[in-house]
Amino acid sequence: MIDLTLLPDGGMSWLDASGPGSHLVVSTRVRLARNLSRHRFATRNDPAEREIILTEVQAAAAETPGLGRAVRFRVDRLELVDRQLLHERHLVSRELAAPEPGQRVRTGGGLLVQDQASVLINEEDHLRLQALRSGFALEETWAVVATLDAELGQRLAFAFHPEFGYLTSCPTNVGTGLRASVLVHLPGLVLTKEINKILQALTQVGLTFRGLYGEGSEVVGNLFQLSNQTTLGKSEHELLDQLGKLVRQVMEHEERARQILLRDATSILEDKVWRAYGLLRYARTLSFEETMNLLSGVRLGVGVGLIPNVGMYALNKLLVFTQQAHLAAAEGRNLTEDEIPVRRAAYVRRTLEEEVGRCGPSAGTPPT
Amino acid sequence: MKCSNCGEREGVVSLTQIVEGDVRTVSLCALCAGEKGIETGVGIADTPLGGFLAALGEGAGPDTALAAALESGCPACGATLRDFRESGRVGCTECYRAFDVPLRELLRRLHGSTHHTGRRYAGTAPPPAAIADASARDLRDQLRRAIEAEQFELAAELRDRLRDRE
Repeated sequence: MIDLTLLPDGGMSWLDASGPGSHLVVSTRVRLARNLSRHRFATRNDPAEREIILTEVQAAAAETPGLGRAVRFRVDRLELVDRQLLHERHLVSRELAAPEPGQRVRTGGGLLVQDQASVLINEEDHLRLQALRSGFALEETWAVVATLDAELGQRLAFAFHPEFGYLTSCPTNVGTGLRASVLVHLPGLVLTKEINKILQALTQVGLTFRGLYGEGSEVVGNLFQLSNQTTLGKSEHELLDQLGKLVRQVMEHEERARQILLRDATSILEDKVWRAYGLLRYARTLSFEETMNLLSGVRLGVGVGLIPNVGMYALNKLLVFTQQAHLAAAEGRNLTEDEIPVRRAAYVRRTLEEEVGRCGPSAGTPPT
Repeated sequence: MKCSNCGEREGVVSLTQIVEGDVRTVSLCALCAGEKGIETGVGIADTPLGGFLAALGEGAGPDTALAAALESGCPACGATLRDFRESGRVGCTECYRAFDVPLRELLRRLHGSTHHTGRRYAGTAPPPAAIADASARDLRDQLRRAIEAEQFELAAELRDRLRDRE
């Protein structure tokens, strides 16, 4: 197995709940799609060309301040469990990680990680520059990626059209190549059944929503990834501004929904969040989906102040560390289908017990 | 509700537009919606890309320019419009010039614009000459194809660009 301790903070600082609005927003991600003008795009190139692309990008990256110290991975040469691990950490896309057993891995796939920035090489586009930060921090996250883009752009000839802007393999990314997304927790809107109305309104103004793992992933645990739909015709700052304004409105609606629930359905809400806590604290087997749903309940309880002294950081970490490859990594071996729910429940219990140790006996104790 | 455009047929799709902070909702019939490039969701793929790709070349007989264009390859990577229709992915930088007309139309549908207003590429290498603005001859060629494909909005834009150039 790969040693992820090579990465500063394991590439996980985005989980530490230190960013703005962390009680509602897990993380902010910004990515830019770039291609090299002299090479064919992903669907037309061959393994030899992808090797050249990988070499050129790595050489250029090594000269930049933003990626000069980057940890490098050859994704296509990693074992399945290691590719799954990087995917679960949001460092490698599903397309490049090929996380399903027996799935064909694209040759030439690479990953560079330094601090909060990373570059995927030979994904759908030759380069996907991305940054991930804790909380609701669009401008700060954009600044990381914009610097990477400028540094790499001085050394690599990017595909750029005078009218269309940056050219990408899929026309949906042409122009800025920018996709910004905010992972926001919206249990209040789900419980008050307002969510469909809100999501429908968002799609009408050029936004889209996805699940925890982006395109094609299901919404689990009431975590919605809100992002811009279009990439051309507006500048990067206009796209970020529009997304930011709408996310702020969604956050306000969520806060309002939580207040209504607290005021009008106090005992139902209390029961819901404490049941979730109780199950996570004492269950002996947990499926991934159940874990995500219960974590959503506890996160809501912590967010509205019903459950004291359980840190958002611990809850955020559970989102990632209760997944299959992370459980296997913690055990140091592959797990059987039957072992996974048992190990998951044990991991959750241990984490919540540690919170009690860290925060004192009042952690997870219902007020009398 | 009657269609806001023709005022005759029944509206089947409502369209919300936000223009400089002003929100307007209009109702359109299937025909008017189609003319404006809006999918009504009846028998068409959900996404603009899916819908566009499915419609690419449909209704074009074997002798039309569009059908021929489906099989003509990009001079740089050899990808054809048919490849694009199947994969939804463009083959290389040069494809954006080789398939300028359909890709321009697609970009307009997907993003509502074809003009990039964000960061300009400021690399040491100048943008390849191959994708610099199309020559007047290319524009005339595109104009002819747009008219043949009855893409009149696009044709008008091409005509204006030609006029500017000449």
